[in-house]
Amino acid sequence: MQLTLWTYEGPPHVGAMRIATAMKNVHYVLHAPQGDTYADLLFTMIERNPKRPPVTYTTFQARDLGGDTAELFKTAARDAFERFKPQAMMVGASCTAELIQDDPGGLCKALDLPIPVVALELPSYQRKENWGASETFYQMVRALAGPQAPAPGTAKPQRQAGQRPRCNILGPAALGFRHRDDLREISGLLAQLGIDINVVAPLNATPADLARLGDAHFNVVLYPEIATLTATWLTRTFGQPATKTIPIGTGATREFINEVAALAGIDPTAVLAQAASNAPWYSKSVDSTYLTNKRVFVFGDATHAVAAARVATQEMGFQVVGIGTYSREFAREVREAAKLYGVEPLISDDYLEIEAKIVELQPELVLGTQMERHIAKRVGVPCAVISAPVHVQDFPARYSPQMGFEGANVLFDTWVHPLMMGLEEHLIGMFRGDAEFHEDAAPSHLGGHGGKAARAEAAPQIHVPAALAEPVAVAAGVGNDASIASTAGQADERESHTVAAPATWAPDAEKELRKIPFFVRGKARRNTEAYAQDKRVPVITVETLYDAKAHFSR
Amino acid sequence: MIAIRPESKGCADAPVLRERGQREVFCGLTGIIWLHRKIQDAFFLVVGSRTCAHLIQSAAGVMIFAEPRFATAIIDERDLAGLADCNDELDRVVTRLLERRPEIKMLFLVGSCPSEVIKLDLSRAAARLSGRFSPNVRVLNYSGSGIETTFTQGEDACLAALVPALPAAADDAPASLLVVGALADVVEDQFARLFKQLGIERVRFFPPRHANELPEVGPNTRFLLAQPFLADTARMLEARGAKRLAAPFPLGSEGTSAWLQAAADSFAVDAATFDRVTAPGRQRAAAALARLRPQLAGKRVFFFPDSQLEIPIARFLARELGMQLVEVGTPYLHRQHLAEELALLPEGTALSEGQHVDNQLDRCRAAQPDIVVCGLGLANPLEAEGLTTKWAIELVFTPIHGFEQAGDLAELFARPLVRRMKLVA
Repeated sequence: MQLTLWTYEGPPHVGAMRIATAMKNVHYVLHAPQGDTYADLLFTMIERNPKRPPVTYTTFQARDLGGDTAELFKTAARDAFERFKPQAMMVGASCTAELIQDDPGGLCKALDLPIPVVALELPSYQRKENWGASETFYQMVRALAGPQAPAPGTAKPQRQAGQRPRCNILGPAALGFRHRDDLREISGLLAQLGIDINVVAPLNATPADLARLGDAHFNVVLYPEIATLTATWLTRTFGQPATKTIPIGTGATREFINEVAALAGIDPTAVLAQAASNAPWYSKSVDSTYLTNKRVFVFGDATHAVAAARVATQEMGFQVVGIGTYSREFAREVREAAKLYGVEPLISDDYLEIEAKIVELQPELVLGTQMERHIAKRVGVPCAVISAPVHVQDFPARYSPQMGFEGANVLFDTWVHPLMMGLEEHLIGMFRGDAEFHEDAAPSHLGGHGGKAARAEAAPQIHVPAALAEPVAVAAGVGNDASIASTAGQADERESHTVAAPATWAPDAEKELRKIPFFVRGKARRNTEAYAQDKRVPVITVETLYDAKAHFSR
Repeated sequence: MIAIRPESKGCADAPVLRERGQREVFCGLTGIIWLHRKIQDAFFLVVGSRTCAHLIQSAAGVMIFAEPRFATAIIDERDLAGLADCNDELDRVVTRLLERRPEIKMLFLVGSCPSEVIKLDLSRAAARLSGRFSPNVRVLNYSGSGIETTFTQGEDACLAALVPALPAAADDAPASLLVVGALADVVEDQFARLFKQLGIERVRFFPPRHANELPEVGPNTRFLLAQPFLADTARMLEARGAKRLAAPFPLGSEGTSAWLQAAADSFAVDAATFDRVTAPGRQRAAAALARLRPQLAGKRVFFFPDSQLEIPIARFLARELGMQLVEVGTPYLHRQHLAEELALLPEGTALSEGQHVDNQLDRCRAAQPDIVVCGLGLANPLEAEGLTTKWAIELVFTPIHGFEQAGDLAELFARPLVRRMKLVA
């Protein structure tokens, strides 16, 4: 059993629903108890689809368990076929139905429907949503494109002279984070390059579309979590190469253009020359200087986490202090990325573990999922969303891709927004005790005001004497506190693990600590305590604080 | 207030269409979303699958929680294969949870479809854990599984599980009134004032706002159901000697009056006092409804089954706002608890219990009602087809009971109609 406050992924049958809902003219008959229809809401409310998902549930109840649940399934499948007249059907079981073992695939065979029926085996107690989506997409493509496959050993027909290169775009699905706009952005790029799109799948593809996937010259894989398995099979079966670069960020987009151009055998120079993105200039402009070495923690699905870490370091000038993913299937990619930044990769879907890591690292910005927003609120750290799972506000009406050059612009705005703006940050470092602009208030451009609760310090395990809760008097003559923390920020992470009993804080030292801007205070506190324990200082004084600052700035 | 027409028998003996097929409803786990806010020091631990965890966070996750008071212990393959002892695993999870949240006073182990199907004995686990963590934490259990409960029945199951934990009132204790069903705090306070003005001194609400405020129950306890979905809770209370006061539910001016009247009759409050105390509320409700009646009168409403609130709300819409009822669907119809409601429904109202969602959608499309009350899975798709909808879940999350909320309840139905007109213009 796993204690789960929040889960990063749904069960695998939700992944299958994402494929069914993305496609047209397919229907999914799901053996599931009453109540599992909640998943419809993900599509009708969170993604705001104007149609019901093409899913029929058997919605069995306790009284049915004594009877014939298999018959219930057969009736539901037969009725769904007659009512919706799909071109292909998917059948499967949810977690509870998996326990009662009715074998939807076998039962459907007995119905002998005149359309392809794909039986899905999705182990609910081992696998999760993305795996379910990937497996479903793969099984659908195999079932529908498989019959068109050339005999093994057949040479791949060469593109004729003058024929425009043609590709499939694989991966966009229902309930995908910004899939709608990423697809538009990348389709635009491909059109600029003079590449035709054969089939986009699964989004808006029909079973007939899947059957002609083999007609393309190569595949563009936008979301490896969903499409890599399928792309690999297409490479094997139809000899179609597939792209590897994920075009998130300016640099990656340029790389992607080069990769696609190579696969298509065309010259990308013209497109690259006119590539227009505001993000690189915005990052270079002096207004962004204060972003340098802001400590960020990155978490999400592997694709978005790896891409975000690259953008954060190379295009925003942040310092990545932690990177992790809940996608175990793609842990290798994240481990490799972690090596680039010299940090420990965090491969986990245990929300509490991620929370503990964030509390430990004390970043100044968290780039994560909806779940990291909960953590960031508790810890009082700014946060921006870079990956699913997301909620309704991250299916926006406006055009907001993550991919391509416009995507880079969106990333810049989204990530910088939660941070306190430069002037305010400087002034709060210099003057304290302002009734309106004080260190515990949220950034004023976010409408933050008063209230200590807004940015309570994130050190829940450390006892703070009651006296320290009093408002701190304005202290003049203190140097630039921000430098305490920013230099301390480069200290070795591991030092804080080596010691046991924590030193206590003298009241005046605690006061001095509070003069450090809140977004680096946690780091300064940790470093000072590590230093005190290292030097066996029982009580931390103001002297200890500055000794530690000097120590870590060496 | 509209007088009951003597010639109408209402729907007391009306036939009910009983259907089976796909049910587009929530399971009882959803009750956690409002129960965890009502009982402020209780924690709800679902023992189930990833699907259960996903359900709750999809419903509640739009709020950003610093510390949510619910979680899921996800059963994994090791538990199913018997490699791990489920009970040991559960103990480990609960211990970890309580270490993290020392302020929790009451822990509900909530059963789900998977835990029920594999017959994990959560009641025994609750007793064992209660022994280990008492007196700091009381551990209880109930089932919110979809195979056994529909949406609001989760609250019924939760409260029914709490009833045995209620302290016993002495056999000779003075008569007391218990109001049963989670109400919005503001509504609870209004009712408390009204009962006080009526001279009914001993009034308690169940569930309480804190785990240490459990009301006493005994043979001299009389209880009023504030919600129509509390069949098991009522049965458990009756088993402890408490007596149910039959009444319609306190929705709308008429329902609230009759509901309060049932208590007044039982506690021998004289008619003059009753009129004096309830008149201001009735007048305010009448004024509020008079403003909304022109927008709603004559409009045809169709209810999909959701919460069991459908029949009382349909009664209110028909009698106090002059709406026409096309079909009133309910997941379960408890004839005894709803007898007073059914008698008040306009004669000939089409009632349905259970659901075959595709058939019901066919009926709904054929009828082309002015407003459809349905779940969120159907609402946007029906809007896209040109029908106006009122999503039903909001009726459970909004203060709608009592005189002062009668206007708000009507407003919930007027708003989608007004919106449609505004956006077209």
